[in-house]
Formats: sequence, structure tokens, C-alpha cells
Amino acid sequence: MARKISMKQAINEALDQEMARDPSVIMMGEDIVGGAGGDGERDAWGGVLGVTKGLYAKHGDRLLDTPLSESAYIGAAIGAACCGMRPVAELMFVDFMGVCFDQIYNQAAKFRYMFGGKAETPVVIRAMCGAGFRAAAQHSQMLTPLFTHIPGLKVVCPSTPYDTKGLLVQSIRDNDPVIFLEHKNLYGFEGEVPEALYAIPFGEANVVREGKGATIVTYGLMVHRALDAAAALAKDGVECEVIDLRTLSPIDMDTVLESVEKTGHLVCVDEANPRCSIACDVSAQVAQQAFGALKGPIEMVTAPHTPVPFTPVLEDLYIPSAAQIAAAVKRSRAGGRH
Amino acid sequence: MAGNPFPQSKEQLLQAYRTMRTIREFEERLHIDFGRGDIPGFVHLYAGEEAAGTGIMMHLGDGDRIASTHRGHGHCIAKGVDVVAMMKEIYGRKGGACEGKGGSMHIADLDKGMMGANGILGAGAPLACGAALAARFRGKGEVAISFVGDGASNQGTFLESLNLAAVWNLPAIFVVENNGYAESTSRDYGVAVDSYVDRAAGFGLPGVTVDGTDFFAVHEAAGEIIARARKGGGPALLECKMVRFHGHFEGDAQTYRAPGENEHNREHNDCLKKFSAAVSSAGVLTADELKAIDHEVLGLIERAVTEAKAAPQPTAADLLTDVYVKY
Repeated sequence: MARKISMKQAINEALDQEMARDPSVIMMGEDIVGGAGGDGERDAWGGVLGVTKGLYAKHGDRLLDTPLSESAYIGAAIGAACCGMRPVAELMFVDFMGVCFDQIYNQAAKFRYMFGGKAETPVVIRAMCGAGFRAAAQHSQMLTPLFTHIPGLKVVCPSTPYDTKGLLVQSIRDNDPVIFLEHKNLYGFEGEVPEALYAIPFGEANVVREGKGATIVTYGLMVHRALDAAAALAKDGVECEVIDLRTLSPIDMDTVLESVEKTGHLVCVDEANPRCSIACDVSAQVAQQAFGALKGPIEMVTAPHTPVPFTPVLEDLYIPSAAQIAAAVKRSRAGGRH
Repeated sequence: MAGNPFPQSKEQLLQAYRTMRTIREFEERLHIDFGRGDIPGFVHLYAGEEAAGTGIMMHLGDGDRIASTHRGHGHCIAKGVDVVAMMKEIYGRKGGACEGKGGSMHIADLDKGMMGANGILGAGAPLACGAALAARFRGKGEVAISFVGDGASNQGTFLESLNLAAVWNLPAIFVVENNGYAESTSRDYGVAVDSYVDRAAGFGLPGVTVDGTDFFAVHEAAGEIIARARKGGGPALLECKMVRFHGHFEGDAQTYRAPGENEHNREHNDCLKKFSAAVSSAGVLTADELKAIDHEVLGLIERAVTEAKAAPQPTAADLLTDVYVKY
């Protein structure tokens, strides 16, 4: 039965149900239990924002608090994945990837290829991503393009509680290393989620709004900005198709290309910095594969080529807005041939 | 023949000699073949260090995992990886241990508990922690061993792993193969403490230093540490002081060494010579028995090279496979 729960609850539920289903699923991370070694409550925090709260009571020592040693414990999760476990490691903020990136892009991502197809590394690395939390430059990035660039990694960034549960379940069951990015400003976002376990396959984009006027391609929090823009444009009689990629590697270009064939206009929206971004990647692939279908220039709406600023007035300017997306749709529709 | 004064059985001593001799001949053959231009890429040889890998690995089964280094051939052979498959891999051929996609720095055989040589120094230590954690969940008393050189002993991954293994009380053993050089830079320049035992103590781990050219010393110390870890006694550090007969990589002119250093090491610090002298003078293994093994090993290496050279090259289709289990 579906109920309305938050994205945070959806993550907790997916982890809980998968741990109950499969004894090889273990979790590790900083403060994911919270309170280890102290005199007070053991499950004091349940993660820095309480996402894993309550799981220790049900699954005990299969949840491991770690020292503040990202290289060691992310590497340990990867090593355990090579030895029959299905670890879910929580990195807290994706910005901390720099501390442990070698273990991810030189080790986990490459084992299967380097070892001639004989390795499986079923590890999930969860991390919060995204701006809007006034968390400043080292706790607010998207970084999705960094991971998408690396062969051997799969990259997931959901926009709704329903997708979050289904994609996290798939991530845990998947036999390749998965980077699972949770937008911290969506943790409180509520939506219908079935109680029963279900998995959403990777590489299947979701058409969240249909239209013939332009195609807006995005993922994560920006899906909601794109929907706001589409609603505003609809008042002017322009019906946009909004595509939520859901997984960035693998990426569902078929759905994007099919839509662009129909609309003739493409606007790529990405909360990541612009250079070599997901927006660039989708734009380039469409330009290569559907050039003839384009009736106007491809537009990109991204964060600027700057770090994420702290002060609210600047951070709000940094994050792509619905107004910027709507303006980009209008530019594409005005700037082309008809 | 007198009785056997060693704690190892005669069979174990024969096995130790065969393993060490196989590593030595494998590496010396690579030295020649690389010099001829037959082998692509980077090759780092383990010759001179055989007693360490052999003395440790003789305590392990396939369920015990090791995470190796860029200088991994000896670890592979001692862990039971097929020598012909290794040679094919180093020649970049199909049928190699990694189908020619990994090469010398990435040979792995997960079925043998060999989690890979590693081109990133110190990167194996966290992986070994994970293997040790998995072993603890399995509950069969298996252990995991991380190898680093004295150079990589300064990597954050290694130091963080010492702490993680200590606080989680993992069945993990950290072996520092101290051959005196981090590439070309002397160990004493790059490591501020004199003893790795002190460094281990700083992380709350017991540590032992042994003469890594003495098979018997390594075998005994490793045996105690591994047995303790199997029983839940936690991690430990083992420093093996050893010598590297060749350069950091093949092609290294080694001008950083003192004049005559390599000749001195081959004369006085050769683990195989020491082993042969010990077992011969004790009358446990005869010169003929050792010679028979030498002959057998040379045949194996010759066959490995012949088969490697005859093995097919990977094809264009192989470029794109094995990236994901499913994509």
C-alpha cells in the first residue's frame, strides 16, 4: 500500500527492507548509528540528518560507525564488496569524495575491467549532494559529472521519494559499484511510496510531464524547477516535455532523442557546474544524433562556473531557477528556424 | 640423515624452496625479456624479497585474502596464482590472468584470495580492511593481509587503515616490505621513526620486525600473528627488512645506490642462498633435491614464456567488454 512519506523516510525504508531481505547487506559510515563508545544512547544520531535512525535497533552490528577516515572506510566497503558482502557506505556529503576518490575511481570502478571481467564489486556509496542548504562551497556541490565520466561506475540521482526507494533497492541489488546521490533539499519532500519492496531499473528516464513545445532534460532537485518552469510556460500556451534522467550512468538517451524528435527544442538543466557537465553531455549527444530534428539552438541552464557561495542572496542566484529555465525555452523557440 | 631441526616439515621446506625459486626465476626471466623489448609497460620485480611473501603466504588458504602492491608478482605466485596465466598477462595476451587487460600492476585471482596487485601505493590497505571485515562476518577464522613497501607506509590510506583495523579489531595484518627504497628515495629520508614497531604502537597495534631475507624468521613471526588474528586477537603489523635486487622498475639505472650495493646484496643478503645453506647444512634437504626443484622451475618458466608468446592477442571486441557486470 502506498503512503505519503518523505525522501528521507524512503531511503530509511529501502535500507531497512533490503537489510532484512539479504544478510550480506551491511552499512558503514560516520555517525550512521551515532553514539558509538559514548555513555548515552547508541543510536543517538542515525546519520548526520537522521536518515538511518532506527536501523541499528533492527540490524545491530551490521551497521558500523566509522572513524573519520573516508579513505579507509570507503575502501573497506569496496574490499568487503569483493569478498561477498553488499556494503552500503554513507559518505555524508559528496564533497568529501575528494578525500577517498582513489578508492572509488581507481579501485572499485576498474576492478572488473583490470581483472579481465572476473571481479564483481556490489558496493553502494550514498552521499548528500546539492546546494540550497547555506552549507557553503565544501558541503553543497553536485559533482555528478565527475562520477559519470568514470567507466565502471553507475550514477543515480533521484528526484522523488518513489524513485528514491526503487532506485536505492536496485543500487543495493546491482552487481556494479553505484554512486547514489541524495539531494539534501529533497529530504523533506513527500510523495506516494508503496510499502512493498520494488526496484526501478537503471537507464530508464521518466517523462514527468508531456508536451510538444520543447524538451527539458534534467535530474535531481532541478526536476522540480523544470516542472515549475513548464507550468509557467503552459500559461503562455507552450507545453514542455520534462524528462527526469534518474540515472546518469547508464543514461537513457533514447527517451531524450525520441522527445527531441517530437519537440524540436532541447533545454538541458543541470545543478552542476557547466563545463563538462551532464547538460553538456546530453546536448552533445543530441547534436550528434538528432541534429536534423532541432528547430532551434540547444540551451543549457546550469550553475555558474564558480564554487557554491555561502550567503543566501548569492546562493539563491547560483542555483538555476524556474525563471531561467523558462527563459531558455523561450530563447530556443525564438532563436531557430521554423 | 640427521633429524629435522626446523619447525617446518620437510614437505613445507620443499614447498617454500619451490615457491621462492619460482618467484626468483620468474622475475629474472622478466628482467631479460623486458630488456629485449618483449614486454610492454611498467614491470617492478620482487627478486630478492621472496622469503617475505613466501613465509607469510604459507600460512594462508584460498579463503584468506591479500591486497598486494605494484611489486606483486611474488605475492601472486606465493598465493597460488597460475604462473602461466601470470606470464600471459604480463605479455598482454588472451588467457592471461586478467585477459591482458590488467598487466603486471593489476594481476588478480579472486578465487585464490589474491585481490590484485595495485598501481596506487597504499591503496590495498583499506581493501584488506574490507576483506577482513567480510571474513569476520563469515566467521570462519579467515584473515586478510595488506602489503605495502616502506614508501607506501607513508600513505594516508595505510595509516588510516591501521587505525580502522585497530578500532574494529579486524583480522587484518599489515606487512611492511621495507627494501630500503621508496622508488629511488631512501627509506630513512622518508620515514621519521626508526622502527615500524613504534609506528604500529602509535595506532594501538602490536608490531614485529624481522629479517625479511630469513625465511624462517618471517614464517615464524607471520605464523604467530596470523594465528592470533584468526582467533579474534585483532590486527598486527609485520615489518620485513629486505633487499630489492633490481631497480624500482625495469629500466631504472639505480644510480641512487652505493657502488657495489647490488653485488653485496646478491652475495650476502640473498634469501635463497641463506635458505639453501640452512637446509643443506642441517641435512634436511639435499643438494640434489634442491637442484631437482631448480630444474623443474626453469622448465615451468620456459613453458610459461613459450605459451605467453604463442597466446593470441586480444581483439578489438575485447576493448569494450568487462566494464560492467550489466549496463
